[in-house]
Amino acid sequence: MATAAHQLTPQEASAQPPAENVVVRFAGDSGDGMQLTGGQFTLSTALAGNDLSTFPDFPAEIRAPQGTTFGVSAFQINFGSTEVETAGDAPDVLIAMNPAALKVNVGQLKDGGLIIADEGEFGARNLAKAGYETNPLEDDSLGRWQLLAFNISQLTLEAVKPFGLGNKEALRCKNMWTLGLALWMFDRDRQPIVDWLKAKFAKAPTLAEANIAALNAGHAYGETAELSGFLKQHHISAAPAEPGLYRTVTGAESISLGLVAGTQLAGLPMFFGGYPITPASAILHHLSRLKEYGVTTFQAEDEIAAIASAIGASYAGSLGVTSSSGPGIALKGEAMGLAIMTELPLVIVNSQRGGPSTGLPTKTEQSDLYQAVYGRNGDAPMPVLAARSPADAFDCAIEAVRIATQFMTPVMLLTDGYIANAAEPWRVPDMSRYAPFPVEFLETVPEGGFQAYARDDKLARPWVKPGTPGLLHRIGGIEKANGTGNIDYSPSNHQLMTDLRTDKILGIADHIPEQEVTLGDTGGKLAVVGWGSTYGPISQAVRRQRLKGRDVHHIHVRHIWPLPKNLGVLLRSYERIIVPEMNTGQFKTVLRDQFLVDAKPLNKVSGQPFRISEIEVAIEQALA
Amino acid sequence: MNDMTPVAKTTTVKDWESDQEVRWCPGCGDYAILKAVQRTMPEIGATPEKTVFVSGIGCSSRFPYYMETYGFHTIHGRAPAIATGVKLANPELDVWIITGDGDALSIGGNHTMHILRRNLDCQILLFNNEIYGLTKGQYSPTSRVGTRSPSTPFGSVDRPASPCSFALGSGARFVARGIDVHKNLPAVLKAAHAHKGASFVEIYQNCIVYNDEVFAAFTEKAKAQVNQIWLEHGAPMLFAGATMGLKLNTADLRLEIVNVEGGDWEAAGVIRHDQTNKGLAQMLIDMEIENGFPVALGVIYNHPRPTFERALWEQNRAAAEGKTPDLQKLVAKGQTWQVEKQPHEI
Repeated sequence: MATAAHQLTPQEASAQPPAENVVVRFAGDSGDGMQLTGGQFTLSTALAGNDLSTFPDFPAEIRAPQGTTFGVSAFQINFGSTEVETAGDAPDVLIAMNPAALKVNVGQLKDGGLIIADEGEFGARNLAKAGYETNPLEDDSLGRWQLLAFNISQLTLEAVKPFGLGNKEALRCKNMWTLGLALWMFDRDRQPIVDWLKAKFAKAPTLAEANIAALNAGHAYGETAELSGFLKQHHISAAPAEPGLYRTVTGAESISLGLVAGTQLAGLPMFFGGYPITPASAILHHLSRLKEYGVTTFQAEDEIAAIASAIGASYAGSLGVTSSSGPGIALKGEAMGLAIMTELPLVIVNSQRGGPSTGLPTKTEQSDLYQAVYGRNGDAPMPVLAARSPADAFDCAIEAVRIATQFMTPVMLLTDGYIANAAEPWRVPDMSRYAPFPVEFLETVPEGGFQAYARDDKLARPWVKPGTPGLLHRIGGIEKANGTGNIDYSPSNHQLMTDLRTDKILGIADHIPEQEVTLGDTGGKLAVVGWGSTYGPISQAVRRQRLKGRDVHHIHVRHIWPLPKNLGVLLRSYERIIVPEMNTGQFKTVLRDQFLVDAKPLNKVSGQPFRISEIEVAIEQALA
Repeated sequence: MNDMTPVAKTTTVKDWESDQEVRWCPGCGDYAILKAVQRTMPEIGATPEKTVFVSGIGCSSRFPYYMETYGFHTIHGRAPAIATGVKLANPELDVWIITGDGDALSIGGNHTMHILRRNLDCQILLFNNEIYGLTKGQYSPTSRVGTRSPSTPFGSVDRPASPCSFALGSGARFVARGIDVHKNLPAVLKAAHAHKGASFVEIYQNCIVYNDEVFAAFTEKAKAQVNQIWLEHGAPMLFAGATMGLKLNTADLRLEIVNVEGGDWEAAGVIRHDQTNKGLAQMLIDMEIENGFPVALGVIYNHPRPTFERALWEQNRAAAEGKTPDLQKLVAKGQTWQVEKQPHEI
């Protein structure tokens, strides 16, 4: 069903699509070698094929007093895939080598931007020189930004120890350590810098080696500490900010807050069983500080124990929650089957990363969709939700709790490494606008007698807490007789129970919102269908193409399983469909299977998010 | 065991029997253990609705279906992890874990280790029959070297694990042994329940189909007297009708067997059992018939220390103290800023 060329809305017309670029500012004492660091970073950026623009900003004094604000030297670089015309107004990343550098530059940093600070230089003397009364790394004054503070001075000294330099000389290698870290974060090649250092220190090979060692150590630190790359290309606010109170939030924070809000709305205590894994650990860290909200966190001995303990807690009347990333989710598979079979509520958060196996722990990917929807033994249906941004993850987490408790089922919430770690401005929600969905435990024998696998109108079974008199029962992973829940291997019962489990999950479609067109209209030439963190680049690409008058529409799906009831009809209202995904076409396959539509894939699995331009090209090709 | 205040209501053995048909092989040692547990429950003043039996996978793990309590038949090896979630969510529940040698020491070895070191308050009954029964007779991690089975037709070559030694090494504070059909089993279970913390009980259980009489060397009537030593805290360690005893050879720090003449065990140098002595516990666990020793039975080690769930609940309580949960405040935490209306909209 084709429609006439669409009309631009006033919002669309006034929107200024942001450029896909990153602004990084290196700032330190004039003796810290910031210009050199910036220069070399520029070189490697140019070699990486980015367009760029730089802005060296150093003090007039050749040797200003050390540690003072007027001795701060900075170097700013703006680089990106699209055309870059300026050095950028506000930095996204500030690398501050001392308190004075932080003080002078932090005010310009974008909200939610990243500060990397050498905490080794934040001693009382330097703080005083910069005019700080308390240590900004320790008070809440930097709450508006993301902060990564570590002792770069000490780490550098350790890295160059084998070369026997004096303390002062050794500390001069700090800039190379920092550069190494920046190269890791932005996927830059070290070799040009190594070559340059060798040439520069040709007459002092020890100094060359020490600087290279520092460079490598900084790079290795980023890798070992699994610091995620700062995926700025992705970091795009989709629409002009609505008025209201804002804060920054990372996906890990918003999921944690959403889980707390969800359990409070359900009137339940939360039990979180987790096992450390990049990039999911941050959720465990956040929740472990929220005891007053009835949260119990348990760091289990492995991924299996993490989910198993959560299932045990759900059985005992808490909401069990577990979280992991691809490899850990794989280990949890059997236990998910148990939760499906015993029909207990459970929320499983999967912060996806590049796979298979260990894959790319710090890089983002959307390749666990099959695993989420299909990845268990037996016919094991489970609802799956996908968050599209850090802010959206809050509502998704609440939705996951709602579905889990209302339908007595495990629910998987998909997010990814980018969403988990990226910060974005978030309009503080008004909690009074969220309707509670209180859980009612069965506490007395119902009329006609108690049955552990009796079903309500949503096909959910009753939730009974051990400790309740008169309702003693046994559950387990062996096939259950419908109603009584006793072991039953009979062929007709297994058919019935398999059908019931399937119907229960598919029936959730009657209790979720219908799919809306995220940008554009129902019906038209081309729909770009996305899910998860491709939201930013898809929405920008569609916006830009619409500004050019193209008949293209964006549909972003939150409910991956079951799919919204109207999605099939909606998809068929477009002549063509493309599905950009950071995998080899998993959601595309699900859509084809469910709706027999000719959804075309647009795939990228480089560990990097889509660029807006890549999606724009695909849109132009699809419309050609 | 837990902190439940003793309830006035008393139960009978019948109250602990579920309506489910018991489906073990006729003559299986599991029947005797089930009876022993059902006999123990009224004696310890337990309440059915506050009792939860959690099991893994294997013949033994069908156990919860036959107890008139709350029960959870879980997945292979993971019963300790599920039980941990149950107990942490509600420490008022009395949690029993039923497991086997394959379930607890092979596929679930990791969880067994961690529940013991954490000292979660529960009873762990490991039915050791030295074989995989449910999967039709393969050798298990406790099978002796040379065990012929479908998967080891020429005999197994790997060394078996010692359940009690594993438990002690994992930090268990209560380690005991019993025998499926022995009259002392309820007393061992009672002691396990009385211990606050993870109580580990290895129960020698005869698999009549795949490993019949594997424990005959010390369970057969004729051999029981000389090859079993039942331990009691503070009592001299005597066996064979008090004609023999255990003495500590202080020169090389080993136990040795001495004859006791005329009941004068002190003269023979026999020592008393001290259930709080971990070194002694290890020596008792290591005694083997092949080396001429009797099998140590009863409570080998019992040395309580604070439990995991108590420490965790105490910390949760302290961390929450004085803080009022306020969702609206929580979501607005950190630095916030106000975005005013867009100028062009005015």
